[in-house]
Amino acid sequence: MYKKILLATDGSEHSRRAAEHAIAMAKCTGGSKIEIVYVIDDDNAKSDVLQNWNKADLGDKRKDRIKFAEQQAKEAEVPYEIKTLHGEPGHAIVEYTNKNNMDVVVIGSRGLNVLQELVLGSVSHKVAKMANCPVLIVK
Amino acid sequence: MYYRLHELLSKKYIWYDSLCFCRLDFDESSRSLKKIRGVYLKAHSIKEHWFGNIKGDVLAGIVVALALIPEAIAFSIIVGVDPMVGLYASFCIAVVIAIVGGRPGMISGATGAMALLMVTLVADHGVQYLFATTILTGIIQILFGVFKLAKFMKFIPRAVMIGFVNALAILIFMAQLEQFVDATWVMYLMVAGALAIIYIFPRVTKAVPSPLVAIIVITVIAIMTNSDVKTVGDMGSLSTALPSFLIPNIPLNFETLQIIFPYALALSVVGLLESLLTASIVDDMTDSSSNKNKEARGQGIANIVTGFFGGMAGCAMIGQSVINVKSGGKGRLSSLVAGIILIFLILALGKIVVQIPMAALVGVMFMVAIGTFDWSSLKGLAKAPVTDSIVMVVTTITTVATHDLSKGVFAGIILSAIFFVAKISKVHVTSRVEGEKKIYAVTGQVFFASVEELVAAFDFNNDVKEVEIDFSQAHIWDDSGVAAIDKIVLKLRDNGVLVRLAGLNAPSSNLIERLAVHRRPGAKLSGH
Repeated sequence: MYKKILLATDGSEHSRRAAEHAIAMAKCTGGSKIEIVYVIDDDNAKSDVLQNWNKADLGDKRKDRIKFAEQQAKEAEVPYEIKTLHGEPGHAIVEYTNKNNMDVVVIGSRGLNVLQELVLGSVSHKVAKMANCPVLIVK
Repeated sequence: MYYRLHELLSKKYIWYDSLCFCRLDFDESSRSLKKIRGVYLKAHSIKEHWFGNIKGDVLAGIVVALALIPEAIAFSIIVGVDPMVGLYASFCIAVVIAIVGGRPGMISGATGAMALLMVTLVADHGVQYLFATTILTGIIQILFGVFKLAKFMKFIPRAVMIGFVNALAILIFMAQLEQFVDATWVMYLMVAGALAIIYIFPRVTKAVPSPLVAIIVITVIAIMTNSDVKTVGDMGSLSTALPSFLIPNIPLNFETLQIIFPYALALSVVGLLESLLTASIVDDMTDSSSNKNKEARGQGIANIVTGFFGGMAGCAMIGQSVINVKSGGKGRLSSLVAGIILIFLILALGKIVVQIPMAALVGVMFMVAIGTFDWSSLKGLAKAPVTDSIVMVVTTITTVATHDLSKGVFAGIILSAIFFVAKISKVHVTSRVEGEKKIYAVTGQVFFASVEELVAAFDFNNDVKEVEIDFSQAHIWDDSGVAAIDKIVLKLRDNGVLVRLAGLNAPSSNLIERLAVHRRPGAKLSGH
């Protein structure tokens, strides 16, 4: 039933649990595929660049954040693809979901940034409200 | 973007980095392309750079122009010059950088970092010296680009970079405080109102920059209520003329150079630092790379032009570039549009601009300061190595105390270097006895800072016949290191001990071969 599964990840504890659920879902249906999506928030570009100024590759830290989900998918032998998006996380995920007609979105209930959540509202809430498909929010 | 081989072959002529024109031929005999290095040439066609994203660039350019105006005026006021100096600078730099810059999508103009460096120059010598300094800054920056020094910016430690932006934020904030001297409660209320609009308005729409909305609203309120708060007009005059070519009215002699050169050097370094930091941020946001040396040259050309048209030196702007990319700008067109719209608006609306209350601009500058400060660094302060935190704090404090970003950066770099030397100068020497032989194993870097510790680790009054020094876990870097080894060997030899050096790596053993005295016949410890 769920062939195109979008897994939103930011490396947080909740997103790790979300990864497990997404993989379990993918296993239930033959021929399903997970798209692991990581959103680079442009508002954090400055501090990301600064925090990684002397490092060879800024991508390293970001790769780390996707690594858990990727490893899990690989171990479970579920087909997956990694996508990096730019922009405000909630908006970017919704846009991608609706444009690519995803069958389900799996997302952690809380992300990394507590302060932003307080001001802007949670990403998962935004996605649940605006996506055109079922959304599984993992606690 | 990367063109593949067959794509390259379909276009016989390509633009390389927008300026250099080259022709491609497919060489059948060697099955490769001539005139370019490698098959994957990183090539941007000039068309792609300029017209690849017309709609996005034009819209973003308009947004940026609107956001540039308040900052250009506020930075001029920090320097203590007419608002036109900053506005002309932002116009000239934005337009010139659009053509010659190395990072499409990045916005440059009059900036706070540069403005803060010019305050004493203008106060002591006047605005004509500022124009001359701006031109000299451009020349130095071009030299930086030509000699490809931009890559050395990467050598500046992370902690210094963070200290730099934090100090910049604090200085911009502090520069606003003088506006509050003798201010009435109306002023405080207006600043609070401006800040409220700046941070709340984006929830309504992000299409119009909220600082501009704040300025319009506060200005309208000020005019309607006839309040007598200070306005932009009180800070300097605003002409409604296009910038025109001028040659700075200064004596062309050595004395002038002595005055302007230190300022120009500090401005070039700070300008390039912020420009290359901004370029890296835009690189990151757009998933593309840019030519940093070309950007350095471009910044130089832009500053020279600005100086001749009555503007102050500028550089890339982090905040504006982020606004540009987020608004959909990524080509060269957006910077050009921003510059042209900016000057058009000033010419058309000059009479209204002078009525903007200073309170509104102070609000905008507070926002710039808050946005510039790297708040995540405070969180990292506890986590980062203690030396990193010290370097960051020292960079910030030095800058705030001297009001000079280049001094802060310099202090930070020196301190980092000292910490680095201290960290790697730890040598460990262990010893064990095997029969008649005593074996010392040296671990670490042997150089001027570690030799004392090395020599102290040896026991010269031992009654062994033979000593072996194992250097397999060590590296000898300089003549101080070699001299220390000489000292150890000769001293032991004086006591009748047979000494053997073992496990030297190739560079270390070359150095010893070239410099060591103990290999030569009849070598003695020298007197001192």
